[in-house]
Amino acid sequence: MGAVAAGCRFFAGYPITPSSEIAEQLAALLPTLGGKFIQMEDEIASMAAIIGASLVGKKVLTATSGPGFSLKQENLGFAALAEVPCVIVNVMRGGPSTGLPTSPAQSDVMQARWGTHGDHPVIALTPGTVTEIYTETIRAFNLAEKYRVPVILLFDEILGHMREKVEIPLPGEYEIVDRKQPTCSPDEYVPYGPTDDDVPVLANFGEGYRYHITGLMHDEHGLPTEKPAIVQALQDRLKRKIDRHLDDILSTESFLTDDAEVAVFAIGSTARSARGAVREARDLGIRAGLLRPRTLWPFPEKDVAALGERVRTIVVAEMNMGQLIYEVERAVHGKTRVLPCLKADGEPIPPSQILSAIKEG
Amino acid sequence: MFVYEEYMREEMFPLIWCKGCGNGIITKSILRAIDRLKIQKDDVAMVSGIGCAGRLPGYVDFNTLHTTHGRPLAFATGVKLARPELKVIVITGDGDGLAIGGNHFIHACRRNIDVTCILFNNATYGMTGGQVAPTTPMGMWASTMPYGQMEPSFDACKLAEAAGASFVARGTTYHAVALEKLIVEAIQHPGFSFLEVITDCPEIYGRKNKLGDPADMLLAQKDKVVPIDQQGRYTPEQLAGKVFTKILHKHEATEYTARYQQLIDRVKVEGNGHAL
Repeated sequence: MGAVAAGCRFFAGYPITPSSEIAEQLAALLPTLGGKFIQMEDEIASMAAIIGASLVGKKVLTATSGPGFSLKQENLGFAALAEVPCVIVNVMRGGPSTGLPTSPAQSDVMQARWGTHGDHPVIALTPGTVTEIYTETIRAFNLAEKYRVPVILLFDEILGHMREKVEIPLPGEYEIVDRKQPTCSPDEYVPYGPTDDDVPVLANFGEGYRYHITGLMHDEHGLPTEKPAIVQALQDRLKRKIDRHLDDILSTESFLTDDAEVAVFAIGSTARSARGAVREARDLGIRAGLLRPRTLWPFPEKDVAALGERVRTIVVAEMNMGQLIYEVERAVHGKTRVLPCLKADGEPIPPSQILSAIKEG
Repeated sequence: MFVYEEYMREEMFPLIWCKGCGNGIITKSILRAIDRLKIQKDDVAMVSGIGCAGRLPGYVDFNTLHTTHGRPLAFATGVKLARPELKVIVITGDGDGLAIGGNHFIHACRRNIDVTCILFNNATYGMTGGQVAPTTPMGMWASTMPYGQMEPSFDACKLAEAAGASFVARGTTYHAVALEKLIVEAIQHPGFSFLEVITDCPEIYGRKNKLGDPADMLLAQKDKVVPIDQQGRYTPEQLAGKVFTKILHKHEATEYTARYQQLIDRVKVEGNGHAL
């Protein structure tokens, strides 16, 4: 629903638990809005189809889970290099391999950053409530359009299947961003030419601006090149277009961190457990707090570093064998004690486990 | 006199294709066919995968999309479904389309979306150095079948027909004029059209299999094929080992984007969906 509100009118997907409900809803909804839904023959094809549809100007979405997310990595990299806006939902389940299809996990967090080969820009958002699934989905589309980058929405199975009270903003209460389109004549058009914000102005296919898009390294005309200076300049720009817009892209929630001695770092449904644990700790007289990223990638390095300056210990709670903890450790530069609070058995992390870690901290 | 340069991106010259490669003949036939159909360049989206054939779209002045290995039909399905007014032409090779992209191929045939798929069959992986392809004939050398191909090969046209393609044809680079006509008919066909083009890789496949120079290989094509409408002139013994050319199969079927539009017309409601 958030996707539709953001203007999504094309979905391609492949059935996989626990994300199939998204496809089922959109199969019914999109044609009623003049949009298109297609179930493709596999996960690779559905990622390819949304890129194709995005190139003619549609706002596009696909949704998957663990094994399907692995298969999408190939064309996700294509979208990153060719700079094609698209949104990918990954409802995280237990892995590796087929793993635990209907159980929650947060073990794809590093794959969301580095899953496809090569250096590449990417944005990943981690909503924490059902309302945020709606609002962060809108934000995901806006960021994809603005920076011409794949945006990954990381849910976990608990949030994916959660039913709770939601507050849905009315149209007009949220911003909708549409990708830039060229204003020059086709003769003057340079698809990957320099721009003020480092984001290229790529014309929608079929609107009079003929050019080439490739998964090869390319020059400003989109044509393949192996010239080291041009390749390096492209790599630099792809990194820069995210790095210089961190203020716009990053979003974190801090809960009771101002006077905290011990802080929890957690995303998604684990952050919900953490909130409970922080409250219980406060009841016990421990000054605990919570830092919860809504934008996980790029990593909120400055916020974590600033938190590290203030607190004695950061507890990193995550439903995996320890992934984000390395990012937190990197951000605090050894200035703060970092404690793991991990679980990877298909069950959510209960507040009691996080409370124990807070007490230890 | 047809001016190919009107359709070429001359800044991309020289092309990466080897001397004697059949890709140039197919490229020229495609350009003549598009010109003959008077399709505007802005209305053509050409989508390709990886391999020698996959480089074609980079050289021609359309909306061009060079995708990942084996996936061009899946990308093209998204392009066509999202903007049905575009003429979508997929350029693929025998490895790209039938090995790594085999699943996309059979489902594109089944779906009957109005995309023209032109498969360059040179019986090898040319760009990567002559590895065995799903179309390499039994016994032929390949760098990964150094003792000769041991696996049976695909008949791409039979595969397409069985999977439901509503237009299936085969041409050769030897019969370049007939090839142009087949491309015209394939593009005009309202539905998924599949055209296999028998072409040659003289530089690797031909040289390593001692098949002679590019002209020898081209002439050999002539002896290998029989136009399907002339098969009655041959005895069964003469037809053994021959491959049929021209339009091999055609049937009428509702095209996918048209069918989807009928669905939209039936269920569409006003507004942005907020109330739903």
